[in-house]
Amino acid sequence: MYSLECPSRLNSIKERLRKKRTVVPSFTEDEELSQLLKLYKGNKIRTTKYSLLSFLPKNLFEQLHRLANVYFIFLAALNFVPVVEAFQPQIALAPIILVLSMTAAKDIWEDYRRFKSDHSINSLLCHVYSSKQKAYIDQRWKDVRVGDFVRLSCNEIIPADMLLLYSSDPRGVCYIETANLDGETNLKQRQVVSDLPLQGVEFSLESFHCRVECENPNNDLGRFRGYVEHPGGLRVGLHNNNLLLRSCTVRNTETVVGMVVYAGHETKAMMNNSGPRYKRSQLEKHLNTDILWCVLLLIIMCLTAAIGHGVWLNNLKDPLFQVDTETSPALAGFYVFWTMIIVLQVLIPISLYVSIEIVKLGQIYFIHNDLALYNKQLDSRIQCRALNITEDLGQIQYLFSDKTGTLTENKMVFRRCSIYGVEYPHEENARRLEVYEAEKSEEAGRSVTLKSGCSGKSLSCRSLSCQRSSVSLHTLAAETDEEEEEEEEELSNPIHPRTNAFCSRVAKEVVPDPELVRKLNWFCCPELALSDGSSGTPSSLELTYITDFFLALAICNSVVVSSPSQPRHVVPEARTPLKSLEDFKLMFQRLSFSPFTALSTLSPPQMKGSPVSFTRRLFARGKAGSFTPTNSTTDGSDPGQESNLEPPDPRRKLDLSSRAEGGDAGRTEHRDTEAEDAKTNPDGARQDAEGDPIREVDRESDTNEELLYEAESPDEAALVHAAQAYRCTLRGRSAEGLLVDLPGIGSLAVQLLHILPFDSNRKKMSVVVRHPLTGHVVVYTKGADSVIMDLAETPKGAEQAQEIYSHIREQTQIHLDGYAREGLRTLCIAKKVVGEEEYEAWLKGQLLAESSIENREELLLESAQRLETNLTLLGTTGIVDRLQEEVPETIEALQRAGIKVWILTGDKKETAINIAYACRLLCPNDQLLTASCGSKDACAVLLEELKVEVQRGEASLTEPTAAGNHGESSSGGMAGFVLVIDGRTLEWALQEELKSHFLELSQGCKAVICCRSTPLQKSQVVRLVRDQLGVMTLAVGDGANDVSMIQVADVGIGISGQEGMQAVMSSDFAISRFKHLSKLLLVHGHLCYSRLANMILYFIYKNVMYVNLLFWYQFFCGFSGGVMTNAWVLILFNLLFTSVPPLIYGVLDQHMPADTLMELPELYQAVQTSKVYVPYVFWITVLDAFYQSLVCFFVPYFALAGSSVDVLSFGSPINASALLIILLHQVIESHTLTWIHALVLVLSGASYFGFVLLFGVFCVTCSPPTNPVGVETLEMSQPLFYILCALTTVTALLPRLLFRALCNTLRPAAALTSAQTDKVDSERYRKKMQRWNLSHSKANRLPVCADNPGLEPGTDTVVS
Amino acid sequence: MMASSYNAKEEDGHNSGASNNGGAGVVKSKKPDNTAFKQQRLPAWQPILTAGTVLPAFFVIGLIFIPIGIGLFVSSNNIKEFEIDYTGVDVNNPCYNCAKNFSWNSTTPCLCSVPFTLEQPFESNVFMYYGLSNFYQNHRRYVKSRDDSQLNGDQSALKNPSKECEPYRTSEGQPIAPCGAIANSLFNDTLELYYIDSNGTKNTIPLVKKGIAWWTDKHVKFRNPGGNNNLTVAFQGTSKPVNWRKPVYELDPSDPENNGFINEDFIVWMRTAALPTFRKLYRIIQKKSSTTPTLPSGKYLLDITYNYPVLSFDGRKRMILSTISWMGGKNPFLGIAYITVGSICFFLGVN
Repeated sequence: MYSLECPSRLNSIKERLRKKRTVVPSFTEDEELSQLLKLYKGNKIRTTKYSLLSFLPKNLFEQLHRLANVYFIFLAALNFVPVVEAFQPQIALAPIILVLSMTAAKDIWEDYRRFKSDHSINSLLCHVYSSKQKAYIDQRWKDVRVGDFVRLSCNEIIPADMLLLYSSDPRGVCYIETANLDGETNLKQRQVVSDLPLQGVEFSLESFHCRVECENPNNDLGRFRGYVEHPGGLRVGLHNNNLLLRSCTVRNTETVVGMVVYAGHETKAMMNNSGPRYKRSQLEKHLNTDILWCVLLLIIMCLTAAIGHGVWLNNLKDPLFQVDTETSPALAGFYVFWTMIIVLQVLIPISLYVSIEIVKLGQIYFIHNDLALYNKQLDSRIQCRALNITEDLGQIQYLFSDKTGTLTENKMVFRRCSIYGVEYPHEENARRLEVYEAEKSEEAGRSVTLKSGCSGKSLSCRSLSCQRSSVSLHTLAAETDEEEEEEEEELSNPIHPRTNAFCSRVAKEVVPDPELVRKLNWFCCPELALSDGSSGTPSSLELTYITDFFLALAICNSVVVSSPSQPRHVVPEARTPLKSLEDFKLMFQRLSFSPFTALSTLSPPQMKGSPVSFTRRLFARGKAGSFTPTNSTTDGSDPGQESNLEPPDPRRKLDLSSRAEGGDAGRTEHRDTEAEDAKTNPDGARQDAEGDPIREVDRESDTNEELLYEAESPDEAALVHAAQAYRCTLRGRSAEGLLVDLPGIGSLAVQLLHILPFDSNRKKMSVVVRHPLTGHVVVYTKGADSVIMDLAETPKGAEQAQEIYSHIREQTQIHLDGYAREGLRTLCIAKKVVGEEEYEAWLKGQLLAESSIENREELLLESAQRLETNLTLLGTTGIVDRLQEEVPETIEALQRAGIKVWILTGDKKETAINIAYACRLLCPNDQLLTASCGSKDACAVLLEELKVEVQRGEASLTEPTAAGNHGESSSGGMAGFVLVIDGRTLEWALQEELKSHFLELSQGCKAVICCRSTPLQKSQVVRLVRDQLGVMTLAVGDGANDVSMIQVADVGIGISGQEGMQAVMSSDFAISRFKHLSKLLLVHGHLCYSRLANMILYFIYKNVMYVNLLFWYQFFCGFSGGVMTNAWVLILFNLLFTSVPPLIYGVLDQHMPADTLMELPELYQAVQTSKVYVPYVFWITVLDAFYQSLVCFFVPYFALAGSSVDVLSFGSPINASALLIILLHQVIESHTLTWIHALVLVLSGASYFGFVLLFGVFCVTCSPPTNPVGVETLEMSQPLFYILCALTTVTALLPRLLFRALCNTLRPAAALTSAQTDKVDSERYRKKMQRWNLSHSKANRLPVCADNPGLEPGTDTVVS
Repeated sequence: MMASSYNAKEEDGHNSGASNNGGAGVVKSKKPDNTAFKQQRLPAWQPILTAGTVLPAFFVIGLIFIPIGIGLFVSSNNIKEFEIDYTGVDVNNPCYNCAKNFSWNSTTPCLCSVPFTLEQPFESNVFMYYGLSNFYQNHRRYVKSRDDSQLNGDQSALKNPSKECEPYRTSEGQPIAPCGAIANSLFNDTLELYYIDSNGTKNTIPLVKKGIAWWTDKHVKFRNPGGNNNLTVAFQGTSKPVNWRKPVYELDPSDPENNGFINEDFIVWMRTAALPTFRKLYRIIQKKSSTTPTLPSGKYLLDITYNYPVLSFDGRKRMILSTISWMGGKNPFLGIAYITVGSICFFLGVN
């Protein structure tokens, strides 16, 4: 009965398993559940492929999957059939054994390494709770099981995917570093499962009886869904934030306890671990057709021999020399067929595959070691992740590039902003960026953030003198102090410099706009500002806008704050005793408006408690020890505040006014400048305020508090730094609150209610906070302008407010357009005050969404969208993302090389076009075609129209020149059409019916820019072009949104930049700068391709040539399959004597110097159209091989015919001259010869002669049928041998030599002239284009204003 | 699992952080070495083969080849060679009858004499060859039908020859020595040469039968079993090849040192010819004095003991007399080829 029941119970369990997994603590008493736990995989990992026993069969089996090996084994087996046997079995086995054992040795070595790493990982120790001993005991990783409780300390590696149940951090958070997983070095925050009884000092695991239901193991790192069911039946939702992932590291948290939910191979880390990429290169596919030709050739030769043998045998009557008289001629012919296949086996260049792999490794080695592809700043080389597509780099016809981070630096720098419809141009800031540019070019040093003080100082003088800017002086002064701090920090904490790149100096030090500062100051110190009165007093409404705007900048993000003195720890929060908040409330009221309700008609604030009590509560949770006793200034109030309240110092006033005249001295008040000064760069005050103790203190306190922001995206960091510049400083963050310094107010704790993280569908993120001053629930939203502008609705309410508001919207829109034209990235900031009831209602839905397992994403999205409505637009920011260095040059070079460059970006059209101009993808003469429409039919019509236009344009242009080859004429750096298509239109265009039109259109265009495109569209575009046009595509990108595109393209290149490692992880090559592409493609790609193509040709030539010698001999031995060489020599000839030279040839040959290739990108096209490796070259090579083998065989034949020569003596000069011919052939074909070539060639020759001589001396009875004793020694003592070799070699190489000489005499001239005619053509084309442009002036061209430092000032030739 | 993540980490440049830990430790940069090799800037000779560089080379080759060709041509022309076919295909041929009535089993050898005339005297040493045509000694199955160990005097191989010798491995239950098809088809015609002087008397021309095999073959490759003992004893328990009339140890009754596997005629035969038409050295006629030619012009008579059947497969048998030069036997091809190639090069070079 029991036995019957058991399986059924197991089945039901398995049934359950199929849907989701249930995890309970491992000490559970429930029989069924503990059985369930046993069904889950343990934490032991085994990544080895083989065990000791299984190695031989498994490895052999795997190797047999390769067709080449099967062929080898087939031949070896064939040789064991007596009637067809050509050599002794052991000789025939040599190649296959050699190949198999080499591969096996490599596999063993790799597997052993894997075993060792597995073993060391498996036997790592961790603390696992044992219910028997009621304590944590040391256990090895492999013994950890699902349901176990594991305790981890700081800096320990997480052994399995665990649910975070307890953290020593009072807020219940824990930080992990996921560098092992995705290479991202910034810390990720994880949250203890909410509503757990455990979170407290006296928590006991025994009391934990909850049940965890979660989804089955999957490889999605960013997703985890499930819920905890408390014994009482209460369900708490789980999400990714509760999961500690295996192989991540716990940081900044003393102790954490977690329950294992996925172990071993079921962990997300393991499931994400896919093997190396394997791509088949284009050339390899080509090669396969040639191999097929070789097979055909082989079969023809064997058939010839078979038929010949049959016929020959048929004509023989009772010959003396016939061994086997019974077999009929037909059958004998059949046997001979197989014998010949063995004899001529080398015709199929099996070793070619091995050789190609080796050659590619060599090429990779050189690519990897190229200095030009090394980035000093990041100390990173190129990473070659796919080893077998080097030559595809030389074949690229279409290049798809992401914009942000790929063409640009992705170092976002706050440039300007617009608030309340007022634009703040930040002139000083713009100048600073230029200064930085100049500095950067001068200092070619390491990371910009870590600068040496002296060089900075010298520069400061320079910049001071020419710019008259106080700012640069300050920045550099600050830098000297900073330097020590940062060095210290580096010593104490190994952070990759890249992490700091997020907050590079240029991003950190935003120079505030004086006008804005003035307004802000007015708010801070109303009595002073009001008394000034001279300048226009900003309206109170505007002031609220401004404060809200900066508050939003500071808090609407997911930035983690840390300080250098306590790296990566959460900055202790309770620093300064707050000024009475009530005072500020009073102040707000004094300003006679209710700032945060002015635009809403909502009910008055309903505060759940006084803000003070709230903040106290918040801070009480902070660590007791977080007060830094060394910091003597903690008792002081906010430094900025202090300085503002300080009475003006006449001396300083003088100073500052003289300094400020560079900018806008006329309208700036002393006080303002001073305030600005003190705020942004308190350090700068040092120079002129030496005697001022307060300032001194200020400076110190501020430098001590140098905050490090670690943001998920560089935009966020830029905005936080911008806010900081206006003294709206984000000081710390916890799960429930944020600590923000506000100008004039000091530190404020903001209760954080929700973060609605950024996602690409919503294109925005929001934070829901309780406003510290008003107590309202406020939603701050930051996002793409298109989205926010749509959602920002005119508020209901007073007419005046409405009017003001619509005016703001209009103005902001104007500014937005302006920013876009400048090539700035724009983000809109909006807010919304939510009523308590509304919030409660929304909260319910949100919690429901959070706790649901199925379609949680959708629900969350819905919930977020419910909240993000009726937004009030505060303002907009413009962020500069400068072009990377040498991007225009690179793009130009690539275009000259005949590569069509497409930009696929998620950015706005204007931004994209601007960047395209900046990087010279668009020339002033180019005709811009914009495709943007709302429906499919409209799209079809539009495409049709544009096509006609392009054709018309082309017709008028190409009429005088050769018609038809528009593809060539429009490429290569001259004027042409550029198509700009937006995401929506692209979606139509990619559909089945329209895609051919789209392609046709795009083919007529020089470049295509797809803006507002989603990651999916990017990959669709690449796939479309790749499949429909059958061209080689290359995709380059840096972010997670480029991954799909990178994977689809023939060659995927990741830029290891600011946005994590996903792009790099999925790429074939990872570079650090876009400019590296030109060297990679134009030089390495070109060289690799031609090297490999030449090597393959040479290899085939070599085999055909040698095998034909044996074939010709068949005509003189009755097609019996006889050979005139010793079998060992025959086998080793290919395997040993002539195997290394082609490798060297394939790795080292340089048919053109690298400099020439860089200077003349046009040369790339020769390779691109496969001129090196096309069928006719293949056949020429084969014919040449035939000729050479004919010479090599028949010269000795005629010289020795009828003489007393024996088989081996006949073969000896043939072999020797074949070797010489093959080696010298390579010398002729090589474009460069170094001492390595010479050495290898000499060694190859020497190894052959050494081998045959020694073999001839010592091999008395070995190698029976063709015993070489004394043959070579005798032969080489005779002059005839040398006479023969000389004649044969010279005669055989004569045509090739002549051909090469003629080619080289004629071709360089041809190449040069063609390049020249190209230039002339392009000139003519450009002129025509201009004329055409004038006649079509109505065509839409965007006015371009060059404000981006990367932009060329000359590009703004506006036609319309 | 760590393998991949480890790589990612390493490549990410984490070790730079680690090196910072050491403080004073030298930061190991990932910067590639700026060596000529790694940067692919090795000093290289670029063989740009243009007409300008190649044609002079042609010219030089032509200059070298033409004299060699002339030398070869002249020395080849100086070689005296005489060849006579004695297969007996033609009815007029003296050996016609022998060829017709051949059978392996006949006990009485068939004799025939072929008279011939040398127009020119042969001055230096004369090499006497027998030539066979359409005889495929290089047939794959034939070539390997031998046992080198046996021929090297290996006792076990003598008693138990290699399987390659099949079907000539054993006969009547006894191992064949020497086994295999090559040995079995040993050329067994006997040739004798007479000079008919002006008086009409037959003068036997002394034929040296030693020194016709390669030194390595005679002393290294071929050895009699059992050292220098009595060959009859050594070969006891073996059987003679099927086609042979006498056992291997009685091949040369006149010289006991020339018997067994080291019989030079045998050795020469065992070195299989490369092409179906070949000649093999049979005897050497040594020059006696510097004043008289080795073979003066005049009438000669070739006595043949006709044992070897070739007519069945359209084979031919020849007797060849030839002198040799430094470059071997008579061969005008090489000289002509050299001159041709040389002049082609020369003319290319001149143009």
